[in-house]
Amino acid sequence: MSLDPATIRRIASLARIRVEEHEVETLQTELNSILGWIEQLNEVNVDGVEPLTGGARMAMKMRDDVVTDGGYPEKVLANAPDRNGDFFAVPKVVE
Amino acid sequence: MGYAIEGSTGTWEVVVGLEVHAQVISNAKLFSGSATAFGAEPNSQVSFVDAAFPGMLPVINRECVRQAVRTGLGLNAHINVVSHFDRKNYFYPDLPSGYQISQYEHPVVGAGVVEVQLADGSTKQIGVTRLHLEQDAGKSLHDQHPTKSFIDLNRAGVALMEIVSEPDIRSPEEAGAYVRKLRSILRYLGTCDGNMEEGSMRADVNVSVRKHGEPYRTRCEIKNVNSVRFVMLAVEAEAQRQIEVWESGGTVQQETRLFDSARGITRPMRSKEDAHDYRYFPDPDLLPLVLDEAWIEELRLALPELPDARQARFMREYGLTAYDAGVLIAEKETAAFFETVAKGRDAKIAANWVTGDFFAALNRTGGSIENPPVSAENLGKLLDLIADNTINGRIAKDVFEAMLGTGKDPASIVDEKGLRQVTDTSAIDAAVAKIVAANQDKVAEYKSGKDKLFGFFVGQTMKAMAGKGNPTLINEALKKALS
Repeated sequence: MSLDPATIRRIASLARIRVEEHEVETLQTELNSILGWIEQLNEVNVDGVEPLTGGARMAMKMRDDVVTDGGYPEKVLANAPDRNGDFFAVPKVVE
Repeated sequence: MGYAIEGSTGTWEVVVGLEVHAQVISNAKLFSGSATAFGAEPNSQVSFVDAAFPGMLPVINRECVRQAVRTGLGLNAHINVVSHFDRKNYFYPDLPSGYQISQYEHPVVGAGVVEVQLADGSTKQIGVTRLHLEQDAGKSLHDQHPTKSFIDLNRAGVALMEIVSEPDIRSPEEAGAYVRKLRSILRYLGTCDGNMEEGSMRADVNVSVRKHGEPYRTRCEIKNVNSVRFVMLAVEAEAQRQIEVWESGGTVQQETRLFDSARGITRPMRSKEDAHDYRYFPDPDLLPLVLDEAWIEELRLALPELPDARQARFMREYGLTAYDAGVLIAEKETAAFFETVAKGRDAKIAANWVTGDFFAALNRTGGSIENPPVSAENLGKLLDLIADNTINGRIAKDVFEAMLGTGKDPASIVDEKGLRQVTDTSAIDAAVAKIVAANQDKVAEYKSGKDKLFGFFVGQTMKAMAGKGNPTLINEALKKALS
């Protein structure tokens, strides 16, 4: 599998990363070499092996259903580029 | 032959699957300790986890897991002892982290089934594919400013259950019945309040059409439909649209649409083509969710009586028809109200009063079953007054009207207004004698075979007694007087 320049641009746009035209070729080379490495992993036979999504063979810890957080809109909004009252304000998005 | 739509090229079948998003009832959010209450000041129930500040880690709320498992058990579904959380990636201003924590390949609940009842008396099993836990997004307000949208993250991170059905639904009626039944089950379980106006339950409706016997054709998804009626209308409108596309030689494109309730049509969402490229991957912040089998069993044993079981019990214990039982159990508050009225009384009469005069009064007064215009206790007392012949059925309706909104005991109304039924046979005989004497022409007609006139005499006698005569005794007295 190898990525063409159009796919590189699409991945960048999905990730909202600006990629200049002259960067596409470099990224294409780098990503393709990463994919090549992953393809090597695909050669390993894993029939009958449980998929493992983490290194720790542990289960998730749970917390009790108690309200312990929130109530500080000022802190939450502290870094907002724009606000209106206690709302974040963003350029209009209309569906 | 079920529901079908006639097109110019023949008969079309509708195929529908539903994804219902149900907000979990819990105090705190799915992965943070901030509150979930509806209607709070903007951004006042937001933690740094919900706002996706760097370095914050999610920790799951046990209650949300418990509610999802209980819901799964209530849907007769398989509970997955091990499940995983994944990131669903997309950018939108009300999703601060740029991804929603959801469950993709390994949901907490697997296949189940919901049985729905249809108007023709038949029942149908609708398969449930899965139920998974996920975070809700924040809320965007688009109509407050000409060039800006306002964002409130209070809802961001609240736990949702997404309940996905199989494409087993074949008509708008079945779609409506499925959503109503699901809502009823969730409310019985207390896992979601089912309030569609406040958005705590909403549906994405997948619709396609096909000729009978064909494989499935391309479907479209109608997003965020927020009432049972709109679900039914959206299915119909979208099916009609697709039939027109196919029959005019076109091809239905898979896309996301919105239901425009004002115009009764669906229209495409103005979203980018890559909106559906979510690039799911396992959330590296979260370990597998592993459930204890004994805990699942404990939850199963502690489940309340659910709608199907309650309906069967109402039919068995109270001798009600499937229809009456179905009406009474749809809302658990109504079922409880009925049981209070019926306790120790004639259940069929109780059912008639609850579904008849009481429901009519609810509609008329705009009241709710939680805050009824007549309490179950007082309605029960009214039935006692009929049963022990203190008042007759006709007067009972007047007493009921006088009870509405007053909280008054029916017996005191009967006493105040002097509505006690007359069972004194000499008073009844006297009234009958007067009516007979005043209507000699009718008596002659009756005796010559016009049996129908008997009702006239009953009515006249009752009227003369101000409605308070005992109907059985009046009948007896009249029969004697007219023979």
